[in-house]
Amino acid sequence: MVQNIIDVKNLSKSFDISSKEPGLKGTIKHFFRRQTKSLKVIKNISFEIKKGEIVGFLGANGAGKTTILKMLCGLIYPSEGSILVSGHLPFRRKENFLKNITLIMGQKQQLIWDLPPIESFYLNASIYDLDKFEAKKRIQKLSEMLEIDEELFIPVRKLSLGQRMKSELLAALIHEPNILFLDEPTLGLDINAQRKLRKFLQKYNRETNATICLTSHYMKDITSLCKRVICVHEGAISYDGKLDLLLKKLSPVKEILIVCRSEDDATKLENYGFTVKNKIKNEITIKIENNSITSSLKTILNNFDIEDLFINEPPIDEVIGKVLIKKDYDI
Amino acid sequence: MNLRKYIKVYKKFLHTSLASELEYKTNIIVDLITAILSLIGSIFLLSIFFQNNGYIGGWKFEQALIIQGIYTILNGITNTWFNPNLTEIVKHIREGTLDFVLLKPIDSQFFISLKKINPSGFLEIMLGFFLLLYCIRINQINLTLSFLSLSLITISCSICILYSLWFFISTTTIWFVKTWNATEVLRSFLYIGRFPLNSFSFSLRVFFSIIIPIAFITTIPSEVFLGLSQMWKILLEVIVASVFLITSRKFWLFALKYYSSASS
Repeated sequence: MVQNIIDVKNLSKSFDISSKEPGLKGTIKHFFRRQTKSLKVIKNISFEIKKGEIVGFLGANGAGKTTILKMLCGLIYPSEGSILVSGHLPFRRKENFLKNITLIMGQKQQLIWDLPPIESFYLNASIYDLDKFEAKKRIQKLSEMLEIDEELFIPVRKLSLGQRMKSELLAALIHEPNILFLDEPTLGLDINAQRKLRKFLQKYNRETNATICLTSHYMKDITSLCKRVICVHEGAISYDGKLDLLLKKLSPVKEILIVCRSEDDATKLENYGFTVKNKIKNEITIKIENNSITSSLKTILNNFDIEDLFINEPPIDEVIGKVLIKKDYDI
Repeated sequence: MNLRKYIKVYKKFLHTSLASELEYKTNIIVDLITAILSLIGSIFLLSIFFQNNGYIGGWKFEQALIIQGIYTILNGITNTWFNPNLTEIVKHIREGTLDFVLLKPIDSQFFISLKKINPSGFLEIMLGFFLLLYCIRINQINLTLSFLSLSLITISCSICILYSLWFFISTTTIWFVKTWNATEVLRSFLYIGRFPLNSFSFSLRVFFSIIIPIAFITTIPSEVFLGLSQMWKILLEVIVASVFLITSRKFWLFALKYYSSASS
């Protein structure tokens, strides 16, 4: 049995937030008498993650995904509950724990801006107590995996966002961590750069069996990397389970566009008993439940003269979008 | 603590920050010129003060130059290490990049206090050192072992006090988020350290010795140079420096519990 590497029980976090009324009056009032209130941003959540799993955290902006990641890596003290990551209490930030994890944030960077990335890599290598030979070996291996070469020797300020992100990844992985916390790693990257990054993460997970916790607003990141997702809604977990089960639950029906040989066939099909979405001349779009797709298609192909047929999956963004606004999924 | 690792990391800090600074040649040259002009300006200002009766607070111009020398060394150290690193703490906290520091298996105070270096500050340290050598000659000071060790102890204590004060203020950023002004006030107070403590009124002397011990940090080492120092004052400086250093460390560790990181 694969052991749990992350164990979270009844975790909550509250922050003191100050609010300000608009206008000059509000500003003056805010300056002299700041009103703060305690806001519970994470509400009594529990989950476990097994070694080698890739788990996606889904949720709208401000749902609490990043706060959860930051508590898991030990940056923020939890208000209530317990967290165990790789057998450690994260917020103690013990050396053995820190050598096992890494945090990559798409919107923040750790590379030295005026110098080529290679300088930051060697600096990190010395912090993780790697000798020069070992550091060189790891840089070579990771740069091959990330497909970066000349970029290593160009000042960071002159690199494109995609090249910079790859370098950030290399800097964050030089100590070969077992647990990766990725907060929107593909933010702002073009489609090709996103694809390459995902490919790299899949390969890294396959080769090292590292556990990956990922937040992203790009659904492609989630669907191509994560088998399991944890949906967070207003600080609470609304769903924790397999991604494909969630998708089936959220979109139980597929749309099928059928091009008939003649308009008569289309009319016959229209009256056959399927749920028809629309019909234009010899083209008809029907809705079929996921669990009866095979039998329905068999009936159509056996009884009607069909020229062409298209099965349309509902756009994943649209489906996942439903998760972000719903409180609970009982599957 | 693995000392070998920390020395190795510090060498890397030196290498990367020097390389970063040397990317901008003009900036370095401007900084060097500024350091020279600033020293000339300070000595000129001091000479104006001493023009009338030759004494301020019982100190001759030649003696006051020692304070200027120590001030220049301390200002050089401030510009070399404290300014580039400790002002960065505010930025780290505001922008949330302190996350990267806290997740490294290295002491976070060591990392944020020493990561950067401004090479132009070295010139100031050298200028201050040469000024002190000149003062030793004109004040006919004998270079004995006890003089050298006491000077070293008191100057080191001054550096510790200055660092702790600055670090303490920067740490409060964890709650107040923006404390640029407070560090600027501290810098302004540092200018006070160019004048002998005796030249201020009693209440100001108390303020600059106890509340913000700025005058303390230049006057006591200067008294050592002139052979005017009293052992209790040196001991007091050692105690104050130790208390400040330990308190700033404890305060940093305490403050980190309240670090909430910047939102993404």
